[in-house]
Amino acid sequence: MQKYSRELSVAIVLALLLLVLAVTAPAFYEPQPLLSRLAREAPTLIVACGIALVMIARQIDISIGSVFALCGVCAGLLAGEHWPLLPVFAATVLIGAVLGAMNGALVAGLQLPSIVVTLATMVILKEGLRWKQQGAFINLPDAWQWFGLSQRGGQFALITCSVVLLIALAWATKHLAGGRFLYAVGSNAEAARLAGLRPRWVTLTVFVFMGVLTGCAAFLNVVQSPQVDPKSGTGLELKAIAAAVVGGVAVSGGRGNLWGVFVGVLLLACINPALTYLHVEAYWEKAIQGAIILLAVIFDGLRSRKPTN
Amino acid sequence: MAPLLQLKQVTKTFGAVRALRGVSFTLQPGEVHALLGENGAGKSTLIKVITGAHAPDDGEIQIGGETIAHLTPAKARALGIACIYQQPALFPDLSVAENIALRLEKTSPVHGVHWEERRARAKELLHRIGAEIEPAAEVRMLSMPEQQLVEIACALGAGARIVIMDEPTASLTQKEQHLLFAVVRDLRAHGVGVIYISHRLEEIFALADRVTVLRDGESVGTNPVDEINEAALIKMMVGREVTAIYPPAESAPGQGVLTLKSVGCTASGVHGIDLELHAGEIVGMAGLVGAGRTELAQVLFGLTPADAGEIQLSGKGVQIDDPRTAVAHGIAYVPEDRRRHGVILEMPIAANVTMAIHQQIFPGTWLRSTAERKLTLDFIRDLGVKAAGPQALGGSLSGGNQQKIALARWLATKPRVLILDEPTQGVDVGAKSEIYKIIRRLAAEGLAVLMISSDLPEVLGMSDRIVVMRGGTIVGEFPRGADAHDVMAAALGQKQKEAA
Repeated sequence: MQKYSRELSVAIVLALLLLVLAVTAPAFYEPQPLLSRLAREAPTLIVACGIALVMIARQIDISIGSVFALCGVCAGLLAGEHWPLLPVFAATVLIGAVLGAMNGALVAGLQLPSIVVTLATMVILKEGLRWKQQGAFINLPDAWQWFGLSQRGGQFALITCSVVLLIALAWATKHLAGGRFLYAVGSNAEAARLAGLRPRWVTLTVFVFMGVLTGCAAFLNVVQSPQVDPKSGTGLELKAIAAAVVGGVAVSGGRGNLWGVFVGVLLLACINPALTYLHVEAYWEKAIQGAIILLAVIFDGLRSRKPTN
Repeated sequence: MAPLLQLKQVTKTFGAVRALRGVSFTLQPGEVHALLGENGAGKSTLIKVITGAHAPDDGEIQIGGETIAHLTPAKARALGIACIYQQPALFPDLSVAENIALRLEKTSPVHGVHWEERRARAKELLHRIGAEIEPAAEVRMLSMPEQQLVEIACALGAGARIVIMDEPTASLTQKEQHLLFAVVRDLRAHGVGVIYISHRLEEIFALADRVTVLRDGESVGTNPVDEINEAALIKMMVGREVTAIYPPAESAPGQGVLTLKSVGCTASGVHGIDLELHAGEIVGMAGLVGAGRTELAQVLFGLTPADAGEIQLSGKGVQIDDPRTAVAHGIAYVPEDRRRHGVILEMPIAANVTMAIHQQIFPGTWLRSTAERKLTLDFIRDLGVKAAGPQALGGSLSGGNQQKIALARWLATKPRVLILDEPTQGVDVGAKSEIYKIIRRLAAEGLAVLMISSDLPEVLGMSDRIVVMRGGTIVGEFPRGADAHDVMAAALGQKQKEAA
């Protein structure tokens, strides 16, 4: 179990927080608000899984907020053209994939640093969207919200989608050769290349995946409200990276798993409601999130300083 | 006059390796003292002791007649010791004058900079060594020898009395060498002591006053150059006996597997390689560092594809453009730096072993841990790997066991040609002998083995045939049981009789 000690320790922190809430603020567990909160976090979970894969491959993608917003707006515009749900979903994912491929091609093909490439695409996409949309919301057809289900059913569907995706990805990283390649390239790209793997293809693929997952997440976000907010992705990249880091994914690549990310997302998502229920002023939320991230990084730093053989 | 530098019975041990075993060494003022020895003979360690980078376990260091108890790099610099490495350690984006100033000025960060003074000093120092370099030039625009001259100028500016040069001519042209020699002679004329490390015997005879030969961490002897000849020096370098840790050859070589016909690669400087590897045969490849051996291995493995000549596998011409093609053709390459390029330290042994054969053992499906575990356990038992189990991390193993895992990864691909680059570097003696047995057994099972090694006794002890590389091409070929002297002479570029 030592192998998963990092993930377990975060899970214990989460469990403690949930326990404190159970004692002091049982209202936290009332079904409807809880369901709503989880549904709101479903897109974040999917994006966080994506960024975790990117980070395991020793890359980073900070354009995901912009890609998310763009995918959401496209979904809204297509819905306005009376496309049915599934084709819109497919198109949204495709747009995400293309944007991810663009990032990936620049990083893997030209060997550019991913932080600079995705910083540039982040700004380009964001400003392009602002120029196109001028901040205007897009109204969705009535049948769209919650996939046309009841609110409760829709929320269930959303959460189920994201958890199924999480399980599939967690399984794939452990049991598919591709997942193994991801860790190998992230740990030591040169050694991986000498073992006959193709690190550049792995890098490209992981960025395409990131785009696909961002597209999925954007779609699951769109169906939650009657309108599409063109600024919906603001800060998403930070939230996702924070969840991954808290969940034990190493920025230096090659380490981490998606269950840790899951716990990380839940932990960060609990802060805000916990503050409300514990009657702490809500603007402490960001500061506390920051402190948690810092603690996680300090913890990792201390751990890696232990003498290794 | 007291010697500039005197080492008395210096010893240094790294783990189980005794790098220096009681070396004594003297450097007089106005002397060029050459240091000669095989790779791994202890030259680098000795230099690091002199520059204060390594503290000796035992022995005494005297500088200018004074015993120095705890020599640190800073203290060594203050005492006038300067080292000029093969690859100059300068700041490429700063100007020559700034580079020199950074070495020589010790000021607080808020202290004002006297640009005029800096430039004038740089100019004066460069002038003193006869270098025509503009002080305002950025270092990255300079050629390698010009950068070395800047290093020498720094050393002079710091008032160095002892200058160490580590293979300074390795990347120089003939003309540049002469310029450097003139500078060295000028230093000598000014009473500076120079420790000169080189593999090129002709340089040692042209430049040095005395020469000390190191072998296995011991000083074999110090002689004035006019009292010794090349043959005697080579003999001093190789005089080790081939010991019994090498298993005997069991089978006669079979048919040709890999044939190279005037293969070359412009990018890596390998050219005109003619070589045939046979099944069941171990071909040892000797040569000095930089002779092009690793570069040739990388050509064969498709890392730097060949752009000249022809590569044939079992008589059929093949094009090897990337490692995947090489693997598909049954070529395996166990690289030299196993910690950086061989074993992935953060991953379990099992994942390391199956890294190159995912398609074979998991064709089109998910990873099956039972199959992987079984394969890994087979290798662990077969190669005698000491590990906690298949899930132990690569980084938890000792050097010799990591090397076995790197080997297992490639044996799992069932190769026909196995290229080993320094297979026993940094491995202790016991593990060495195990690795030798494994290599011999693999050859007996029909593999064609190409073993690159800088350890001459290893090449002599293991090889059925020995090829020697120098300057990017093959310069000699010897049968089993060849004389160490001849092999070393070929590696050093000395003339020799045609081998039988």
